Amino acid sequence: MKQRLTFRRALNLALEKEMEADPDVFVFGLDVPDHKRIYGSTAGLVERFGLERCFGTPLSEEAMTGVALGAALAGLRPVHVHIRVDFMLLAMNQIANMISTLRYMSGGKLRIPLVIRALIGRGWGQSAQHSKSLHSVFGHLPGLKVVLPTTPQDAYSLLRAAIRDDNPVMFLEHRWLYDVEGEVDETERIPLGLPAVRRRGGDLTVVCTSWMNVEAMKAAEVLAKRGIELEVVDVRTVAPLDDEPLIESVRKTGRCIIADYDWVFCGFGAELAARISHQCFGLLKHPVERLGFAHVPCPTTRPLENLFYPSAISIIRTAERLLGLSETDLSGESFYSYEQRFKGLF
Amino acid sequence: MARVPQPAMESVQSRSPVTNVPSKPGRRLGPGALEKSEALELYRKLIVARLAEEKIRQEYSKDQMKTPVHLGIGQEAIAVGVCSCLPAGSKTFGTYRNHALYLAVTEDTDAFFGELYGKVTGPGRGKAGSMHLSAPERGLLATSAVVGTTIPLAVGAALANTYRKSDALAAVFFGDGALEEGVFWESLNFACLRRLRVLLVCEDNGLAIHTPTSQRQGFRSIEEVLKGFRCHVASGNGSDLLDVIRTTRTLLARMAQEAQPGFLHLTYFRFLEHVGPREDFEAGYRRAPSPEERTQRDPVARFEQELCRNGCSSTELAAIKQSVVDQLARSLEGAQRAAFASSSELHTDVFAE
Repeated sequence: MKQRLTFRRALNLALEKEMEADPDVFVFGLDVPDHKRIYGSTAGLVERFGLERCFGTPLSEEAMTGVALGAALAGLRPVHVHIRVDFMLLAMNQIANMISTLRYMSGGKLRIPLVIRALIGRGWGQSAQHSKSLHSVFGHLPGLKVVLPTTPQDAYSLLRAAIRDDNPVMFLEHRWLYDVEGEVDETERIPLGLPAVRRRGGDLTVVCTSWMNVEAMKAAEVLAKRGIELEVVDVRTVAPLDDEPLIESVRKTGRCIIADYDWVFCGFGAELAARISHQCFGLLKHPVERLGFAHVPCPTTRPLENLFYPSAISIIRTAERLLGLSETDLSGESFYSYEQRFKGLF
Repeated sequence: MARVPQPAMESVQSRSPVTNVPSKPGRRLGPGALEKSEALELYRKLIVARLAEEKIRQEYSKDQMKTPVHLGIGQEAIAVGVCSCLPAGSKTFGTYRNHALYLAVTEDTDAFFGELYGKVTGPGRGKAGSMHLSAPERGLLATSAVVGTTIPLAVGAALANTYRKSDALAAVFFGDGALEEGVFWESLNFACLRRLRVLLVCEDNGLAIHTPTSQRQGFRSIEEVLKGFRCHVASGNGSDLLDVIRTTRTLLARMAQEAQPGFLHLTYFRFLEHVGPREDFEAGYRRAPSPEERTQRDPVARFEQELCRNGCSSTELAAIKQSVVDQLARSLEGAQRAAFASSSELHTDVFAE
């Protein structure tokens, strides 16, 4: 059954469906059952499933992450929620020393069916402690799966897949995507680890994570007016990573920009650039370019914040350079911002 | 450390007005405490843990056990005693000083030495080593080399029990150093808030590596601090198996009566260095115990005396000891002969399919 849903409702529906299907699934975390319900993504769960299966917690990120792990080891399927990914840093000991290692050290005896959902990214002057993405950090740790949904369909299908997975999954949701609308087929299953081509084009490949897909689609729309066709590939999952669709695209276009929603230095973008450069070496018409956060803590004030984040404009300018084009006049274009949200569709 | 061994247990208990433990009965193995067969079985477990570690001390210098060993000589009665009181189906968690716990739960000396030698016969197929022994099939879900990290896991297992409306227990062993970790207080707070049936066992040797409690803790006693928490508290002598059992039983009875966490504070004396097979009294951070103190703080010697006072013959004990010696020799030999994981196993067991 297909219906038009927002990203937030798609997440909400995925939780509802999994809780309905399996009594071992429960959802918890700071603010989860309050009146705001994590921007609406946990709406209706307390009413429907009760406080045993949807509850708030003390402000104890490390212990509550350990509690989730203990419950998972005991056979339940917890979904632990953080309203900002930055708070997960308080739980890094459990994530990096315990959650990601215990199965390996048990010789494969333990199963850890655990999802940690967290909101990432930009708000409105959110500054340095409410704006991170951290998928590069999580992706660096063997034993974790890391998912970054972009469309409502992905939010729905990938969250269901994450909950059904017998491994720990870090599920990272960009705040600005919450209002995006799209078609959602409730029956569609999407496995973790498969990139998706968002737009076909023969001139240049833009490999994106999370919100950068929106920026890349905008850049493609602008450049299409000049007859330039960008191919936009959404990685969707940092780990596991099937790089074949990215490689295939770059083999076709010979040019690649990686637009990662994280810091460039030591970031996931470097991993992608290395893989693509290695596997497409003889076919590249230009070295792989990387876009991402400026290598500073995120500034609060808007003019600097705009410089901190990569955008459709930085993608356009980089594409022009790679293709040897003059700069496009962007004066007539409008771009997305906090005030001017992208609402869909992809 | 100024004084060695630790302050007498009496002083610890006199500081524990909250514990409200019934006055201790006479130290007898009489009816209601332990049957002789039970007592001899416990003796066997105590001896298995002790002699397994003595075996490690003998073999370690050959450098075939390539894993750091945190030996628990002096600590054995805590794991053996507490585990003997836990109902079947309990989930347990521990620390890097986990040998007695692993052996008390599994009695599997083959697997134990297999892991110490890094062989596929070990519970982690050699990927875990001494600090991470586990036996999920026997309820021992995890042990950890980072202080305090398994405490919330036990709370999570207790939450799972409540979730499933089960009366089963979760228990976690941790050292006195864990009381300085934030995660202990976070876990305690949540367990008390939700009235979870989790047994928190503090194995207190008065040392964090080489630093005594007096240089680490800003509170007079943990029992006093815990007065404000919705938590049952009991304290005992961790060097005395019978005292461990009595104290644990009393605490578990109180937890059964009123569902809330139980905090069990058991002191013991760490005879060896923090990590490694040797004594380290010459290092100067603590003094060597006198022969009387050694006996007082040695759970094996104390329990042997107890058994002999209560009708067990030294021949019976010697026979048990001999059978354990033989068993350990066989296990050690088997582990030495066993295979290492093949190179293809480097990448297995990271994710479940």
